[in-house]
Amino acid sequence: MAKQINVALIGNPNTGKTSVFNQLTGLNQKVGNYPGITVEKKEGICKLPRGLKAHILDLPGTYSLNASSLDENVVIELLLNKSDKDYPDVAVVVSDVENLKRNLLLFTQIKDLGIPTILVINMADRMERKGISLDVDLLEERLNTKVVLVSARKNTGIDELKEAIINYRHISDEPCVNASVIAPEYFDRLRKAFPKQSLYKLWLVITQDVNFGNINRKEITNSDHFDTKSHTELKKLQHKETILRYQFINGVLKETMKVDASSAKDLRSRLDRILTHKVWGYTIFFGILLLIFQAIYSWSSYPMDLIDETFAFLSEWTKTTLPAGAFTNLIAEGIIPGLGGIVIFIPQIAFLFFFISILEETGYMSRVVFLMDRIMRKFGLSGKSVVPLVSGTACAIPAVMATRNIESWKERLITILVVPFTTCSARLPVYLIIIALVIPDRAVWGFNLQGLTLMLLYLLGFGVAIGSAWILNLILNIKNRSHFVIEMPNYKLPMGKNIAINVVEKTKSFVFGAGKIILAISIILWVLASYGPGDNFNNASEIVSEQYDEQSNITEDELDEEIASFKLKNSYIGIMGRGIEPVVAPLGYDWKIGIAIISSFAAREVFVGTLATIYSVGSDEEETIKNRMAAEINPILGGPLFTFASGVSLLLFYAFAMQCMSTLAIVKKETNTWKWPVLQLVVMTLFAYFVALAAFQLLK
Amino acid sequence: MKRTLADLKRGERGIIKEFSEENIPLKLLEMGCLPGNEVEMLQMAPFRDPMYLNINGSHLAIRREIALLIEIDLISLHG
Repeated sequence: MAKQINVALIGNPNTGKTSVFNQLTGLNQKVGNYPGITVEKKEGICKLPRGLKAHILDLPGTYSLNASSLDENVVIELLLNKSDKDYPDVAVVVSDVENLKRNLLLFTQIKDLGIPTILVINMADRMERKGISLDVDLLEERLNTKVVLVSARKNTGIDELKEAIINYRHISDEPCVNASVIAPEYFDRLRKAFPKQSLYKLWLVITQDVNFGNINRKEITNSDHFDTKSHTELKKLQHKETILRYQFINGVLKETMKVDASSAKDLRSRLDRILTHKVWGYTIFFGILLLIFQAIYSWSSYPMDLIDETFAFLSEWTKTTLPAGAFTNLIAEGIIPGLGGIVIFIPQIAFLFFFISILEETGYMSRVVFLMDRIMRKFGLSGKSVVPLVSGTACAIPAVMATRNIESWKERLITILVVPFTTCSARLPVYLIIIALVIPDRAVWGFNLQGLTLMLLYLLGFGVAIGSAWILNLILNIKNRSHFVIEMPNYKLPMGKNIAINVVEKTKSFVFGAGKIILAISIILWVLASYGPGDNFNNASEIVSEQYDEQSNITEDELDEEIASFKLKNSYIGIMGRGIEPVVAPLGYDWKIGIAIISSFAAREVFVGTLATIYSVGSDEEETIKNRMAAEINPILGGPLFTFASGVSLLLFYAFAMQCMSTLAIVKKETNTWKWPVLQLVVMTLFAYFVALAAFQLLK
Repeated sequence: MKRTLADLKRGERGIIKEFSEENIPLKLLEMGCLPGNEVEMLQMAPFRDPMYLNINGSHLAIRREIALLIEIDLISLHG
């Protein structure tokens, strides 16, 4: 079998690089992470003519080899490390015909590394409309490489690109700009000290703050043969280098490209006048947020209900079909609901990424950043943090995943850490039942008190999220080198194929990434709730039946409910719940609520179901549970358990506590370490505990 | 009077002057913000921050704090 050709796809953001990647590889791609960091690694296999194959690596978008973010580091680390298994035989630089000048800067840098470099000029279908004409032959001659005109949208030029990849050996690897003229003496000394190395590579090693496999920066900077330049001097030289490259590029384009400026004033400026307008811009943006919110909150409830019913049916079916026993119980009550707990998130994730892909693809997301930057900056957040924060109001899982397009790691991390404070839909069942119980159902100044309380809880969640972002911004010591320079790309119609691939990829990464952890924890919780030590648990049905021996007026169903309740009290989780009663008593809770808090770690809404089981009401009807809860007596203080004080305390606890294993799982996946989810769990739970404690003690 | 990018009104254009290079991010230069190039102010967010510019054909948004560092010569609208 012939060796695969290693191809690295490189380019500025917004050049349609990913569209070219999708056209080359189709669904033959996989998305992973670079080892140890959270940068997405996209690779795929491309079938070439004559039975050949190419391994295509879609490197993160970058404007130059002067890296200013983790994503950009990846590009330069690979290109300077010849022993990396992904080191390219040929680089393909994707450029956008409308921004050719700026895109060529990166091209000249890659070419100067001595890698055969094909120049793809994408969006060629727009040339005529924009009045652009190119002399491709002359451009090939001046840049000393192969140039391919491509339209990923119209699927033209892809075959030609494949042909060019096959023939990569015929492409010159001569550099096109001699960077050493910016400081001849300095580079001369460098050459003398390291005669075997390429000068431009040495220059990059000196100026870039990244890890290199085989070249050691210290070795160079500590060498006696030349004085190290100060940071300021190096930066000046980098500026000079950039100007030099632009001089070369301007010269080349002057000869090869003609733009007819009389072409009609474009759609961009007209759209921008509305979409970035001080009033209309914000109005339209909030309208779009509302639409996204509606989709993940409301529309996705239909497929979610269907998933819920399907898994309930599967569980029931397994129980009745397989022989009764511990193994069947594990499948029917542990594994199947656990899997259901993963699949249930898919509609929300798919909806959110459907919208986010459209916002990204059309170029609108950059306008959002423009509009929101000033407000969000104060809290250490990015303009792009708005979308995750708002979608967190439906569910934190897709919201945490949606932080991926925030370039700055610090802003992204802060967004991830604060998103779980926003009031997700899983808190709603808990809120509703407690509000109904402790907040009077009457109107004050025309507002219903219960409705007001619910609104207050939403505002509180959002306020605490923003407030903790502000604190995290002050205490998180993360070097943030990226400067706010945002490209405002031209508006484009989204490509269906790109959106579909993105939605599928995001869903897959949730199911196979966070899904494992969710399944594991839900099985553990199930075991804890379904097994218990000692006679009380094992002989539950006899013990309960004996109690009811004389009273013949109890029905079969009621007896079963009593047994289930007794079993849960004596299960491991029940013992844990009773064990933490001293801890939660100052908050106004009893051990039954303790059990419900522990088991609702699976998902907050489980709280209601667990109380239903403990109270053996045997139905999820809110009214029934509510009445039963209202009759509960506080074991220590006497009087009703659910008072205004303990109710508010419980509401606040659920508002702030990290009661969601799925969120922890996705945070682990997205940050690539247990450090942040564990921190979230500890800090949020402690915060929730003390706020609830203060509330109960003050109000009781 | 020293005139910078931040002084441009919507629709006004200018030519970038030589600048003291140290505090200006390299990324901005790489996007085409170089001495001698033309700039046009396209939009401003509330409080004139950030600013949306067309620099030498590149459409960029930058914060006011950076715009204040870049000196320009105003191109008269009627001249």
